[in-house]
Amino acid sequence: MSSTRDIDALIAMMAKLPGLGPRSARRAVLHMIRKRALLLTPLADLMQTVAATARECLNCGNVGTSDICDICASEKRANGILCVVEDVADLWAMERSGTFKGRYHVLGGTLSALDQVGPSQLRIPKLIDRVATEGITEVILALNATVDGQTTAHYIADELGGRAALSSLAQGVPIGGELDYLDDGTITAALNARKRL
Amino acid sequence: MEWRDEGILLGIRRHGESAAILELFTPSRGRHVGVLRGATSRKIAPILQPGAQLSVSWRARLEDHIGSFTVEPLRSRSAIVMSDRQALEGMSAVTSLLIHALPEREAHLSLYRRTEALLDILDEYSVWPLAYLRWELALLEELGYGLDLSRCAVTGVNERLDFVSPRSGRAVSAEGAGEWVDRLLPLPPCFLGGTEAPDSEVAAGLVTTGHFLRQHLTDQTGQRPFPGARQRFVDGLSRRGGLAQRQHQIDQ
Repeated sequence: MSSTRDIDALIAMMAKLPGLGPRSARRAVLHMIRKRALLLTPLADLMQTVAATARECLNCGNVGTSDICDICASEKRANGILCVVEDVADLWAMERSGTFKGRYHVLGGTLSALDQVGPSQLRIPKLIDRVATEGITEVILALNATVDGQTTAHYIADELGGRAALSSLAQGVPIGGELDYLDDGTITAALNARKRL
Repeated sequence: MEWRDEGILLGIRRHGESAAILELFTPSRGRHVGVLRGATSRKIAPILQPGAQLSVSWRARLEDHIGSFTVEPLRSRSAIVMSDRQALEGMSAVTSLLIHALPEREAHLSLYRRTEALLDILDEYSVWPLAYLRWELALLEELGYGLDLSRCAVTGVNERLDFVSPRSGRAVSAEGAGEWVDRLLPLPPCFLGGTEAPDSEVAAGLVTTGHFLRQHLTDQTGQRPFPGARQRFVDGLSRRGGLAQRQHQIDQ
């Protein structure tokens, strides 16, 4: 039993990752052990490197390996337009689309009565500071279409006052979505935001 | 243990990767908490927004277990609150106050009916603020802290009742207020009846109900902070009331 103690510990650790349970963690670890040179060793090296260097961008809250992330440091990005997202995962989703060429600001959550998250726990003061100092003319509030997301959007709108033009993402039928499977709220939102062809 | 009922979704919290803990307000069991498996799926997540009317069944091995829910949507209110700020702030105030104020698993049927009716008129801007104020009065009543506005606590008269005592919750007339007038809470005419009231009058009424809710709920719930969502709703209403009042002055 003791000969597999480290492997068991690795499986137990892997099982804590999102999307993995004990069974899938066991399969993943076994696969890595079988492909030690190809997977396990490079993965271990990379994890060690990332553990030593990963940090939050001091400017926008994105995750990177330097104090200022690549997006904030890039000169090709449009200055003046800021996209506010709830989480780093949302920022990455926006980047995957490749549509937005401006800069980002990660709030680190949304206001939540149930979880007792107030404005002071979010990166809202930093956002206001950035709007004032970086010459931002438009702020896009790309927050989730949830009650908490919209509450946070309204709060930010109040805090920013008229310092920049504010916009939010549209709500409606997703691409590939079938009306029959949509909930009432989405259909109503889509109808309200209908556009002329 | 198993039961079926309908309920208003008050709040939802992620639990693990795909489950969530729901807080529901049901007619026969009051505020009730339970786990919903698969709550983050794309099919069900859109209907699990606070304020939604759901058909629920709850099951647990023992009655005092948290148990698990299965839910089906009856009525969604998310389209209204996503597109309308006042509705969003109002709905958040209602749900957060209920989470804060109600004890778990204690039926409050009349409050449930009032809450359902209130949420059903979220998009009727002309009547909603006053309906909300009356709902807060009903909430105080339901919790056992109802205000006595029938007659003046000092003189006994039932005319020109302009204030409420912050200690006893009883009405005080203009004559009875005397030198204590600065310490008394406002009693706007809409407390005593009528179907219309300007936002500024409703905002004054909310100062009074807010005082008693804070006072009694802080005693009841100890250190838990009073919900900020209610304050945001009151601030929004005061802002709009103020703007309307200024507009009225300009028009004159």
